Amino acid sequence: MDGARILELVQARFGRAVVETHARHGDHTAVVDRAALPEVLRHCRDEPGLAFDVLMDLTAVDYLKYPGREDGPRFEVVYHLYSIAENHRLRLKVRVDEDDAVVPTAVGLWPIANWLEREVWDMFGVRFDGHPDLRRLLMYEEFSGHPLRKDYPVSRRQPLIGPRI
Amino acid sequence: MGVGSFFTSKLDEAIGWARKYSIFQYPFVTACCGMEYMATACSHYDVDRFGAGLPRFSPRQADVLFVVGTISHKMAPVLKRVYDQMTEPKWVVAFGVCTCTGGFYDNYATVQGIDTIIPVDVYIPGCPPRPESVIDGLMKLQDKIAAQTQRF
Repeated sequence: MDGARILELVQARFGRAVVETHARHGDHTAVVDRAALPEVLRHCRDEPGLAFDVLMDLTAVDYLKYPGREDGPRFEVVYHLYSIAENHRLRLKVRVDEDDAVVPTAVGLWPIANWLEREVWDMFGVRFDGHPDLRRLLMYEEFSGHPLRKDYPVSRRQPLIGPRI
Repeated sequence: MGVGSFFTSKLDEAIGWARKYSIFQYPFVTACCGMEYMATACSHYDVDRFGAGLPRFSPRQADVLFVVGTISHKMAPVLKRVYDQMTEPKWVVAFGVCTCTGGFYDNYATVQGIDTIIPVDVYIPGCPPRPESVIDGLMKLQDKIAAQTQRF
């Protein structure tokens, strides 16, 4: 299905929960409201015409120092969906503030979201509500802070960890 | 002439000579430097000429710990454990800039030089070092082994 048509369908179904849409370089994106996110994801996966059966990527962006976005919500959590049957793609985004950086989990829809969400938690400090096991994925338990946040100092040194017995 | 001192110094030299030509290495290879290590170890450059031809993949049987490649904070305890498991006498070679200083991985994940974890005898800089540099470092290590006070 054409990307513009997908956006039309999603917008028609969810109305004002779709905050904004755009298409750039053939990639169609919908920014959705956080409260509606689980419903939108489920609809995208289960609706026969859409059939997004693959969660290709789940990541986040920190807009702390992004020109023009300094005052807006700090984080954007990004979902890249792909349909094997229909061979089409869609990008969904949800915006969250720093002091309320919580997003509903997608583990129930795509099991791969488990590790992807753990990575986002590890790197950006965005929590996922309802995640079964939200531990750090790449860094170790003793690590303090979230290294891909724009205010994490490049030269910050973490204390060395001792051998685990 | 004190017989004891004469005897001890000569024995020291003999043991030093033996030890410097029987370097059993433990290659702790974590990154791209490993390719250069392999090039050095193979027939063209042939570290066997320096008595270092037999890598042992057990720390219990190794004399020299070759730390080859970037060491991350998660890998650091493993490296420390391997070093502790080696029996005396033991030496450590930091192979490549990442092990010497962290190199250009000046970031949250990388240990900024393995000498923050374990003592290092020879640093071989380079990204990765040419086999000639490695052999140079190895020969410097041999000199160091031969010149030190031998414990046995």
